[in-house]
Amino acid sequence: MSDLAETAAVPRRGRPMPMALTIAGREIREGFRNRWVLATTLLLAALALTLALLGSAPTGTVGASRLDVVTVSLASLTIFLVPLIALLLSHDAIAGEAERGTLLLLLAYPVRRTSVILGKFLGQLAILAFATTLGYGVAALAVGWNLGAAAWAAFAAMVGASILLGGVFLSLGLLASTVVRQRSTAGGIAIGLWLFFVLLYDMAFLGLLVATGGHSLPSLLIDMLLGLNPTDAYRLLTLGMAGTADLTGIGALAGQTALTPPILVSILAAWTAGPLALAAFVFSRREL
Amino acid sequence: MTETTVSLVGVTKRYGAITAVRDLDLDLHSGEIIALVGHNGAGKTTQIKMMLGLARPTTGAVRLLGTDPTGDGFAARAQIGYLPESVSFHLAMTGRETLAFYARLKSLEADCLDPAFAAVGLESAANRTLGTYSKGMRQRLGLAQALLGRPRVLILDEPTSGLDPALRREFYAIVARRAAEGATVLLASHALTEIEGCADRVVVVNCGTKIADGTLDALRATASLPVHVRIRTAGEFEDTGWRRLPDGSFETQVAPHDKLPLLAHLLADPCMIADLTVTEPTLDDLYAHYLQREAA
Repeated sequence: MSDLAETAAVPRRGRPMPMALTIAGREIREGFRNRWVLATTLLLAALALTLALLGSAPTGTVGASRLDVVTVSLASLTIFLVPLIALLLSHDAIAGEAERGTLLLLLAYPVRRTSVILGKFLGQLAILAFATTLGYGVAALAVGWNLGAAAWAAFAAMVGASILLGGVFLSLGLLASTVVRQRSTAGGIAIGLWLFFVLLYDMAFLGLLVATGGHSLPSLLIDMLLGLNPTDAYRLLTLGMAGTADLTGIGALAGQTALTPPILVSILAAWTAGPLALAAFVFSRREL
Repeated sequence: MTETTVSLVGVTKRYGAITAVRDLDLDLHSGEIIALVGHNGAGKTTQIKMMLGLARPTTGAVRLLGTDPTGDGFAARAQIGYLPESVSFHLAMTGRETLAFYARLKSLEADCLDPAFAAVGLESAANRTLGTYSKGMRQRLGLAQALLGRPRVLILDEPTSGLDPALRREFYAIVARRAAEGATVLLASHALTEIEGCADRVVVVNCGTKIADGTLDALRATASLPVHVRIRTAGEFEDTGWRRLPDGSFETQVAPHDKLPLLAHLLADPCMIADLTVTEPTLDDLYAHYLQREAA
């Protein structure tokens, strides 16, 4: 042995969590540096402010809390926008690094592949959480801050649920980014996922309800169909919440369903963990 | 004392119907600079991926610092340095941020960064974003990354393609210092001329098979390529065995061991010769020779 052995880096046992956090940290730093965070926050804030200011005009100071109206409007915005942002952010995660040549380098380091997947996910979730909280928070504060604790609690729950929904689509996008080799293919899959879960599924569901007259379907089947789509689970969760339920049509549906908020949160968590675990599995077995 | 740091035994790697590496035996030792030379697609990068544990051999065994790189021989990875071909780091990040990330992945302290920048001559550019770096600077940052933690095995894939000769020499000087300290250095390249004068040992691969392995001098001796001698005559000249060129000079080819006797014969009568040029076979000739021999 040469004297190199003394000066060489002392190899430590690879611990998954700190490596994942290192990768998450880089993801966040890059997100801020390439203006992703800025653009997302501004977009969410601008749309949220528009909805908040337009939405609070008709109700004025009577009836439901003005913040509840904002909460409901923003929940509808989330269903369309947050999955899209999440997919745009995550479809590049693995396929993009592979194209730039940095994936080969990253995996030659003492890093577990599970840590790479987990780190990417955590970093992007932090970016999304930052943008959503700040963007929506600005809109809520624009309406006023002295609006009652219950309304603020409902608002906070909606923001939390939105981040959870974002997590679902981050995880789906990450899976797409892992199973394909090309970034452009991953992008195509991401758009497909968005169209399916956000638009097509609900249109088909609505068609089914109309065709059957809405009453002949057993409620268990309706619950299952709602639970199978994370955006519907989010819809039930936020639009059926106390204080906002009477503002929305789905609030009435929420009254009848067996899907309680804990179940809905579990559904969203499962939709996050499932694709993430699958992505980690596929990635661990992948040859480069 | 030299030890075997990387070893491939009977390694074959197939991707579907394509055989990227065929029945390869290769041992790399500490303190050695090895040039792995072959065309694009000859299987160089596949070999490197197997050494790093990023691809599994279809048959055969790969050992890296005594462990199986695909298995949980995880610790060995902290002791290797790797520079992939055409890597592009995030352009909006600074050099320091980029290198700090890789240092953390190797569990190194942040105080290793300044010496790392100094080693490749980038200390003044460390805090600039990579968007402002030239190609040579980016490649030097890539080398700095590979040198982090004083690795025992350094694997550089096409490290100098696109660099100017001065930069290339500087690059090899850094690498040679590491080899002198006992590290194994593997340089993959598509041309022998790229690695001229810097490798102790040359391994030529073609279509996934090793077709030559030895020092450059040994390869030259085995190939025994003819030397070209060209003369311009001053007087009468017996031109048997010589080819007359359009400009009036003569040229012939001799085997290396006939070169000196021929020169002695020509110079015996110095008045006869106005000028003399001896052209040794170039590295490209040598490389072409081995590839042709394989094709024949």
